[in-house]
Amino acid sequence: MWNTVFPYLLSGISVGGQYALIAIGYTMVYGILRLINFAHGDVFMVAGIIMVYMSASGMPLWVTIPLVLILTALIGFVIERVAYKPLRSAPRMSVMISAIGVSYTLQNLVLYVTGGLNKTYPTIPLISQTVTVLGAKTKAVTLVTPVLTLVLVLLLVTLINKTKIGMAMRAVSKDFETSQLMGIKINSVISATFVIGSFLAGVGSVLYFTNYPTVIQTSGAMPGLKAFVAAVFGGIGSIPGAVIGAFIIGIMENIIKGLDVILFKSGVISAPLGLSTFSDAFTFALLIVILIVKPTGLFGEKATDKV
Amino acid sequence: MNEDKRRQRTKMVTYPSGAVIPERDLGKSPVLECSHLGIEFGGLKAVEDFNLVLGRTEIAGLIGPNGAGKTTIFNLLTKVYQPTHGSVLIDGLDTQSMTVVDVSKAGVARTFQNIRLFGNMSVEDNVRIGLHNQIKYDMFTGIFRLPRYFSREKQQHEKAMELLDIFNMADLADAKAGSLPYGAQRRLEIVRALATNPKLLLLDEPAAGMNPHETEELMDNILRIRDSFQIAVLLIEHDMNLVMGICEGICVLNFGRVIAKGTPEEIQSNPVVIEAYLGKKKEAGQ
Repeated sequence: MWNTVFPYLLSGISVGGQYALIAIGYTMVYGILRLINFAHGDVFMVAGIIMVYMSASGMPLWVTIPLVLILTALIGFVIERVAYKPLRSAPRMSVMISAIGVSYTLQNLVLYVTGGLNKTYPTIPLISQTVTVLGAKTKAVTLVTPVLTLVLVLLLVTLINKTKIGMAMRAVSKDFETSQLMGIKINSVISATFVIGSFLAGVGSVLYFTNYPTVIQTSGAMPGLKAFVAAVFGGIGSIPGAVIGAFIIGIMENIIKGLDVILFKSGVISAPLGLSTFSDAFTFALLIVILIVKPTGLFGEKATDKV
Repeated sequence: MNEDKRRQRTKMVTYPSGAVIPERDLGKSPVLECSHLGIEFGGLKAVEDFNLVLGRTEIAGLIGPNGAGKTTIFNLLTKVYQPTHGSVLIDGLDTQSMTVVDVSKAGVARTFQNIRLFGNMSVEDNVRIGLHNQIKYDMFTGIFRLPRYFSREKQQHEKAMELLDIFNMADLADAKAGSLPYGAQRRLEIVRALATNPKLLLLDEPAAGMNPHETEELMDNILRIRDSFQIAVLLIEHDMNLVMGICEGICVLNFGRVIAKGTPEEIQSNPVVIEAYLGKKKEAGQ
């Protein structure tokens, strides 16, 4: 039984970590701007595409990966400055439409560059090699992801709780005007938020696409949506919430994917039922149930109007 | 302690421009100069032709009935609102093209009528936010915990504690700001404002919700702050005991216009004020 479940659990934890890295971007931006950044999944996809073209240019990986992360952070910064900052005092709905616009712009740009072809994602030797964990064979990335995710989350949480910029972020997320009166430049704080969120999405992208052969302009949609669900599930605005939500969703999704095999091998069913088809539907059904029971998500704050 | 000191009236002198400031501030340039300041909201003149000059260490009061435009003036001075008429000079600098952050850096800090602390954060963190531009280090120093990070954080902690000590609040440093009693929250807002190292402190109804004993203490504290920080204080207040007790100059506002200006004695005996403001209040009280 355990031997059957374990590989699915393992890949669930790994996918969960990748979702977590994306979900942080959603939840941080929401925390500060009360904006669902619909373009975030596409930033994640663009990071994959940049990686494809960078490694095709023949640069060594130790140059490519940092460069991809820096460029992704830069893209996040530019998106905010161009598409969201001019709408700072506009109704929230307008900014959301702008985000949807950015999302399609990025997808179309990539479509233009790639011609709509699946681009083969480069193999990163260190994390692509096969390893055996407690009898289960998997790629090294499966083990690297949760560890790296936790390290990055810990760094981020200390940044937010223990440093000046983190304190400024917390202040701005509560009250723009008072923060400004304290001399905090809210635009810098918001930019920093986008840079951090996009950087983490870039890391998530390297880990995520290592598990998949190719990248295409729509590759960001599903993981982006799942990460968004994870952020809402955990209580949008809360970083620990997003991370825990992402891990729960990643694990659940993979267990459902393997449910047929698990049930078949343990003798509960005699023929496969095709349950794995429902793994995406399950994710969203889970969200609905959680939101009915706890409307603000696992760690969400009580809904208060922003003054 | 200051009962006698308060009664000692400041000698007010007149600038050639006609502005009246305390005699001790005469040698120094004024900290605030508003001339013909005004703002319209869709044709409604919320504040009109507001003129005020404040000396370096003057304590001045802005009084008037509710809706007279007092808080609007605070919002104009801090650039939360962009004036439609006139100008504001802070320490001689024109604030016309300044942002809220620039005004804070130029030396204006304020408190709010409805307290706006960061309620979820600790008392110390609230003060540290006020120190944002006083003690600086960049994001990378913070992420990588360079030695500078530790020295700056330590400096910040010490400064915050020193400021909290003004109101004997150092032992509350770790408490959640939102859980403090009302009076303490008001005091914390003043500490947070002082943390930005202002030259001019704007207090919006600092005594609201305080009992007479607390108000007495507050009056002593405002005087003490003015003396030790050598700053000017402009306050909005309905408590006449406080206004008449510590303000050196008073400006009375009604329907967005200044109806009277002068020392507490002059204001108290001004028939226009009595009619428009104090008179009404007396009626309401009886």
